[in-house]
Amino acid sequence: MITPVLWLVIFGSGLGFSLTIPGFNYQQFLLPGIIAQTLLFTAMFLGISVIWDRQFGFMKEILVAPIGRVSIFAGKMLGVGTSAMIQGLIVILLGFLIGIPLSLYAVCLAIPLMLLITVGLVCIGLIIASFMASLESFGTIVTFVNMPMFFLSGALFPVMNLPWWLKWAFYVNPLTYSVDALRSVMINGWHSILPLEYNILIIVVFDVVTVVIGTYAFGKRQ
Amino acid sequence: MNAIETMDLTRKFGSLTAVDNVNLKVTEGEIFGLLGPNGAGKSTTISMLCTIMKPTSGTAKVNGYDIVHEPGQVRGSIGIVFQDPSIDDKLTGRENMEMHADLYNVPRDVMHSRIDEVLQLVELEDRASDYVNTYSGGMRRRLEIARSLIHYPRVLFLDEPTLGLDPQSRDHIWSYIRDLKKRENITIILTTHYMEEADELCDRIAIIDRSRIIAMDTPHNLKEELKGEIIILQTNNNDRLVDKLLETELADSITEINGELNLKVKNAHTALPRIVELAVSNSVYVDSISIREPHLDDVFMHFTGREIRETGGRALTGMGARIRGSLK
Repeated sequence: MITPVLWLVIFGSGLGFSLTIPGFNYQQFLLPGIIAQTLLFTAMFLGISVIWDRQFGFMKEILVAPIGRVSIFAGKMLGVGTSAMIQGLIVILLGFLIGIPLSLYAVCLAIPLMLLITVGLVCIGLIIASFMASLESFGTIVTFVNMPMFFLSGALFPVMNLPWWLKWAFYVNPLTYSVDALRSVMINGWHSILPLEYNILIIVVFDVVTVVIGTYAFGKRQ
Repeated sequence: MNAIETMDLTRKFGSLTAVDNVNLKVTEGEIFGLLGPNGAGKSTTISMLCTIMKPTSGTAKVNGYDIVHEPGQVRGSIGIVFQDPSIDDKLTGRENMEMHADLYNVPRDVMHSRIDEVLQLVELEDRASDYVNTYSGGMRRRLEIARSLIHYPRVLFLDEPTLGLDPQSRDHIWSYIRDLKKRENITIILTTHYMEEADELCDRIAIIDRSRIIAMDTPHNLKEELKGEIIILQTNNNDRLVDKLLETELADSITEINGELNLKVKNAHTALPRIVELAVSNSVYVDSISIREPHLDDVFMHFTGREIRETGGRALTGMGARIRGSLK
């Protein structure tokens, strides 16, 4: 929980004084990015619980129970998803605490969006965990996926002003649209990359694809 | 009806065959032991029977359900205690039980009475509200056994139930297993590499070595089959005595275990004087001598020419290798 505090408070106010984005203050701009980052990091990292369960033998007890592989995957998803959502909500609370202008209405819109975003991210974590045998290799691979996804999502700076050769890297990243959607509902007068409906559509497609791959990979690998 | 019946059950890992055309039948209400050294294929066999692993070829029926085509029904009708711990130690004993009961669709209204019942059976009712990470190894094992019984399975698999436990806990668990068979009349399949465990508990035993079943019968019959007794000798010159013994036909087989010579003979009472005479005339000093009935260890040795030991592939001494080479 210390990471979002550092980003929001220190990085946010530090950069806020030397950078001006017309119309908003930098922390207000940063908050949705840090929410997405928190969801991403928590969801991905907790995929490790699959490897824990396997190493402690608990997975066997579950696998041998008379329940479908799909429900096991769904259960893991709900569990990890809940943790990620709680972390995300704490970041919103943190935003209120440091005085970022935020209406209750915006928060009410952000929460269902966060749920949608979390589903896909959790699945990526679980897919990676399905293929990894050890905790160490999981950590390495997750960092390798996490960091580029975070830095290439526009969580820290606007995408619009970037040169075209860098832009495409952002446009293939599903997290870009998540951050963009969150900003559309949380910041008044935000000029989004895509209209909100398209953002949501992309997130939903991403969710469906990862759930399908995840269920398949999980069933195959355990 | 057979509780378990396997038909040419085979599992390969790449070029390695872990279980090779295993055929066995286990009758209802029987305690059946799979006995063999580590890596012989016991756990792989169990994993296939509980549908965690698919056989490469062949199949098996558990409670009349096919393990390949009806894994769901198989899983609902069996209980398993795995070789490795599989309890969530961040939950209390009772919470582990409740979760298991839910997974196996035990109706809510009978769940709590059943949990109390099985906890009582393994004498853990006083510790049920404590977190499992405060339990000793033996208590965790007992909790796992209790857990596997909540849904009243008709077949119970115990994979090395007493591995790594102290002798006291081991006796404890043995008495639960015997009790269980008497009270519930369930079929129990257990794997073990402890000979005395198999001997104590099992109605019938299959000896597995190098992925194949090499013998299957009651412990009593297996021992009878050796037709003989074991003479144990401690001497000051084992090598010379063995050389001389090999020239005679006194012993059916000779092995050296921890510096003691084990001779298998048909009749110890008539062989003993000759062996002592042979030793004396070759000036080998005999420190001690004793006679015993054959153990399952000797049965295993008889069938495989090797000893079963914790380490599995224990390196034979030059002496042991020579004996095996000349006499099996």
